Amino acid sequence: MTACEQTFLNNPLGKDTTLEDVLDGFEFLDDWEERYAFIIDLGKQLPSFPDEARTEENYVHGCQSQVWLIHHYDEESGKLFLLIDSDAMIVRGLAAIILVALNGKTPRDLLATDIDELFEKLDLFRHISPTRGNGLRAMVGKIRDTAARVAAA
Amino acid sequence: MTDLSVANTAKKTAFDVDAIRRDFPILSQQVNGKPLVYLDNGASAQKPVAVLDAMDRYYREMHSNVHRGAHTLGDRATVAFEGARETVREFLNADSTREIIWTRGTTEAINLVANGLAPQLKPGDEILVSQMEHHANIVPWQMIAERTGAKVVPVQITPEGELDLESFNSLLNDRTRILAITHVSNVLGTVNPVAALVQQAKARGVLTLLDGAQAVPHYRPDVQALDCDFYVFSSHKLFGPTGIGVLYGRAQLLEEMPPYQGGGEMIERVSFERTTWNTLPYKFEAGTPAIAEAVGLGAAIEYLGRLDRRALETAEKALLDRANQLVETVPGMEIIGTAKHKVPVMSFKIAGLHPSDIGTLLDQQGIAIRTGHHCAMPLMDFYGVPGTARASFAFYNTLDEVEQLFTALQKVQRLFA
Repeated sequence: MTACEQTFLNNPLGKDTTLEDVLDGFEFLDDWEERYAFIIDLGKQLPSFPDEARTEENYVHGCQSQVWLIHHYDEESGKLFLLIDSDAMIVRGLAAIILVALNGKTPRDLLATDIDELFEKLDLFRHISPTRGNGLRAMVGKIRDTAARVAAA
Repeated sequence: MTDLSVANTAKKTAFDVDAIRRDFPILSQQVNGKPLVYLDNGASAQKPVAVLDAMDRYYREMHSNVHRGAHTLGDRATVAFEGARETVREFLNADSTREIIWTRGTTEAINLVANGLAPQLKPGDEILVSQMEHHANIVPWQMIAERTGAKVVPVQITPEGELDLESFNSLLNDRTRILAITHVSNVLGTVNPVAALVQQAKARGVLTLLDGAQAVPHYRPDVQALDCDFYVFSSHKLFGPTGIGVLYGRAQLLEEMPPYQGGGEMIERVSFERTTWNTLPYKFEAGTPAIAEAVGLGAAIEYLGRLDRRALETAEKALLDRANQLVETVPGMEIIGTAKHKVPVMSFKIAGLHPSDIGTLLDQQGIAIRTGHHCAMPLMDFYGVPGTARASFAFYNTLDEVEQLFTALQKVQRLFA
């Protein structure tokens, strides 16, 4: 197993940090400062991203900041593992939330996940700008495309 | 110099920012539970009641198509519309309203000129722009360069964000046909010495276009004193409505240029054998124009005319001075663009923080700024940054708002610590 594959499999987001952790965490945050501090902290859990993977092919278009996405399909478990990178901290945090919901699932389970429902539960869109919302949708879109491609292969 | 500053101080006391803010109803709202602090004037400025009322009144009392109807409303609309053109002429000190063309904005005005001058260009000709241009003053030239074989050449800038005059002097040569340069930089706030540049260019028979989009909110340009061939600006940055802008062009050059778009209004006579063009300025105004917007822009200029422009400049300078003083209260903050002669525009970066993070967290505190590349990617490349955060002030901003910006920036920094 390569070091990069290890990074995929050891990603804590969606494994050690679960959707419940995030939902519980959000429940007790009242003001914007706590909310963003929580999001920024989640972003710090993103595993390091391989430099050589910051290519045009892996670039997620439609975000205000630079965002890259790569995946690894583990044939043994049939699960899809994801890594996201961004140069903006809030985007890293939002990417972490997406990974908590979608990382390490079978492509079929991933495609069946209603991410909009999660965003609504977290009340995320009310607190981020429409441009930022578009960036979130762009990330989710690219992940879903990837899952659909892997599922069809 | 001393006399001038005394005069300014005297006028400053007469400048009542609270009264001025009451002219801009949008400013007195809350955003994210905080009083709005609007510092994105460089992207688009807010509109005074005088503009809103003029447009409302136009639609309620006089709307009809212009230059056409054989009826009273048509006459009223035409009088209001052409009255606005005269207001713009006076604002720019142009020689004649024939030289004032309505466009959708600065971008369309530059495209119009670029296309109009294209027939005069041949391979090897050079179009001189600068490293600090907005994409609107780069891309239209690149497009006609591709068509004609001409070349777009950028004048270099200094690390402070001033035009490098040595670079200008070395690049202005016998192949240069057009100088298209910004009066004021949208990112850096730099005020370029355009009168001198135009003079040098003209001495070599080079045509000159000045992009005034960021200049007109702060200065009243005099196109005859500047002696430029073209001057362009957008209404919405000048406290007027969106969707309209102005191209000033020297009449003789406009006469020589082919029309930009074909359609109604811009023709004298149409037949399948031969169509002839209308006279200036209508030759360049195909289709029904943005009539209410023209009226609104006229009202904006008249509103500004009622204010003491010298006092506004002094107030704006005070805002920028205060901002510059406070930079040291935010560790790691660095201003991008430190030209000697600046409008109150402050681009900055903060070590370790992405501009979009700064913008998002300022918005949470009710403060609106712009983040990103500001449609000036070559300039971002020059400074080696993906983007900047930019606070751009208008005369209705207060010193207290400048202080709030810095308090908010300190808070942002604490959050990321």
